Amino acid sequence: MNTKPIVENRIWQPDFECMPVGQLRALQLQRLREAVARCSRVPFYCEQFAAAGITSDSIRSLDDIRRLPFTTKADLRDSYPLGFLAVPRDCVARFQGTSGTTGKPTWVAYTKGDVDNWANMCARFLVAGGLRPEHTVQISFGFGLFTGGFGLHYGIERVGAAIIPLSSGNSERQLMTMQDLRPEVLICTPSYALKLMDTVLAGGVERASIALEHAHFGGEPWTESMRERIEEGLGIRCWNNYGLAEVQGPGVSGECAYRNGMHIQEDQFIFEVIDPDTLEPLPDGERGELVVTPLCREAFPVTRYRTRDIGVIYADGDCPCGRTTRRMSRIMGRTDDMLIIRGVNVFPSQIETALMRVKSVAPHYMIEVTRPAAMDEVTVHIEMHPGMFSDSMSELQAVKAAIAAAIASVTGLHMNINLVQPNTLERFEGKSRRVKDLRGISF
Amino acid sequence: MRIGLSLLMKVNDCYGGLRKENEVSMKIQQLSLFLENKPGHLNAICRTLSDAGINIVTLSLADTQQFGIVRLIVEDWRRAKAVLEAAGYVVNVREVVAVTVADRPGGMTELLDVIGAAGVNIEYMYAFTSHHGQEAVLIFRLDDPDRAIEALNAAGRSVVDAVALFGN
Repeated sequence: MNTKPIVENRIWQPDFECMPVGQLRALQLQRLREAVARCSRVPFYCEQFAAAGITSDSIRSLDDIRRLPFTTKADLRDSYPLGFLAVPRDCVARFQGTSGTTGKPTWVAYTKGDVDNWANMCARFLVAGGLRPEHTVQISFGFGLFTGGFGLHYGIERVGAAIIPLSSGNSERQLMTMQDLRPEVLICTPSYALKLMDTVLAGGVERASIALEHAHFGGEPWTESMRERIEEGLGIRCWNNYGLAEVQGPGVSGECAYRNGMHIQEDQFIFEVIDPDTLEPLPDGERGELVVTPLCREAFPVTRYRTRDIGVIYADGDCPCGRTTRRMSRIMGRTDDMLIIRGVNVFPSQIETALMRVKSVAPHYMIEVTRPAAMDEVTVHIEMHPGMFSDSMSELQAVKAAIAAAIASVTGLHMNINLVQPNTLERFEGKSRRVKDLRGISF
Repeated sequence: MRIGLSLLMKVNDCYGGLRKENEVSMKIQQLSLFLENKPGHLNAICRTLSDAGINIVTLSLADTQQFGIVRLIVEDWRRAKAVLEAAGYVVNVREVVAVTVADRPGGMTELLDVIGAAGVNIEYMYAFTSHHGQEAVLIFRLDDPDRAIEALNAAGRSVVDAVALFGN
C-alpha cells in the first residue's frame, strides 16, 4: 500500500467517494432495487425475472445480486439494435457504440441523466489524477462512437478545464497543437504517448516546448513497465482508469493520488469477481472475471455484465486517500480472445467473417500482433486453400487485397495479409488459439 | 524433353478434319502450386516429385516478395497432382497451349503476331528449348486458347499436343 501521494490528494465528490461504508452499502442496495425495476422494462430481463420470481422488492440484501442473471455481449447482440433500451425513444440523449464480432456495433444509449452522471464519473478520476480547472487538456481520442472521446470531454468540461478536442490521428498536428497551445494534460492511448516519447527522445521535439504534466490513458491495454518508461521518458504522470461502453464508458473506476489501484465508483457500480468457468463469485484478493452491475443507468440498464476482463479487487484495507471504495487492479487479461488494437476491439471471429465474405471459405489463419515501434501492427497469416488459389498472379493479388479490404470493413483496422502454404500454421488441440500477441503487454 | 516433330505435324495436318476430337488433346495440362517465398520451399516441391519418380518437363516461377506460384509441366499430371496434394500442397490444373517456335531471331514475334491478330490475350507464358536445338517450345496461358489454336493452325504454326510434347 502506497502511503505517499504522487499529486495533491483531491476528491471530486467526497459525499459519495468517501461515504462511510455502511451508508455506501445501503445506498447500493437501494439503487440496486431501482436498477432491477428499470431492468424489468427490458424483455430480456422481464422474462427471466418472472421465471425466477425477481422483483425489486425481493432484493433484500446485496448478496441477492447473485439471483440476477448474467448479461453477456452475445445477449446484447441478440437483441440488436436496441432490445435493452429501457426508456421511451424520446428520452434518449445519446447513442455510443462498441465494435462487435459481426461487423455491427453494439449500441448503447444514454438519457440526459446518464450523460450527466458519466461526466461526474470521469471528473472523479481526472481530478484524482491531477486535473485542475486552470488546465488545458488536449483530447487525442477519437470523437465518435468510441466512448473515450466524449466521456473524457464531459468530465473535463465538468471540472472546468479548457478542452482542445483534437481527436485522434495526424501526429504532426497533435505535436504542433501541444507546442502552440501548451496543454498540461493529454488524453491519449498509451501507444501514442510512447510515440511522442520516442520523438522527444530522438530530439525531434524540445521537451521544453511542450508543457505536459499529466496523461490519462485509455483504449488499449498497457502495463506498469510502460508507465515507468513513459513517465521517465516524458517527465509526466500517467494515469489509469477503467470502463466499458456496455456499462457506461470510461470512469467506472480510476486511480487516486496514492495509486493503490483503481477506486471503483461503488455508489454507481457493483463489482463482482467470478470464476469464469464455474461462474461462482470469488473473494476479494482473488483473480477472476470482472462482472459489473451499473446501478444508475436509465436508458440501458444491464445486470451482472460479464466484462471478460480479468482482474483482482484488492482486499488489503483502506487507501490513505480517504475514499471508502474498494480498489481494483489493472486489467490482467481477457477470458475470451478479444484483442485491443490501436484502441479497437477485435475478435478473431471477425477475421473469419471477413474471409468468408471473400471466397466463402474459412481457411486456417493466425493473427499476429506486434508493436514494432509505438503502434500496434497486425498480420493475418492465412493458409492457402484450394478455394482461394489461382494460378494467375493478378487474381491471387486481388484475393489478397479483397481479404485486406474485407478485414478492414469488418474490424475497421488495416491489417497485413500474409498468405502461407497449407499446414504450416500451428494447430492447437481443442479450443483454437489463433492469436499470437507479441506486443509485450501480456499480463 | 523430346519433341516428336513428325507426330506433331500429323496432329496439325488432321486438325481441320478432327477438330472436335482434337481440341482437348491440343491443350496441355499444367499444374500450379502456391509457394511461400522462403528458402528451400521450391526444392521441397521438386523433391516431392523426384521421390515419386516424376520428371519435371518444364517449370516456371512467378513471384512476389512474399509468395509465388510454381507452374509445372509433367507427363503424368494426374499422378503428380495426387502426389503433391498428398504432400499438402494446393494444386490447380490449368490448360495451357504449347507451341514450337524456331530458335532464331524473329521466331517469337511471328508467333505473337498470330496470337495478337486473333485478339487473344496472353495471361502469362514461359519457354524452354528442346533437345532438337532448332526449336523452342513456348507454353502459353491464354484467355481464349481455342481461338488461339485455331489461328495458329490456320497460320501453319505448330501447336504441340501432350503426346508430342512428351515424345512418346
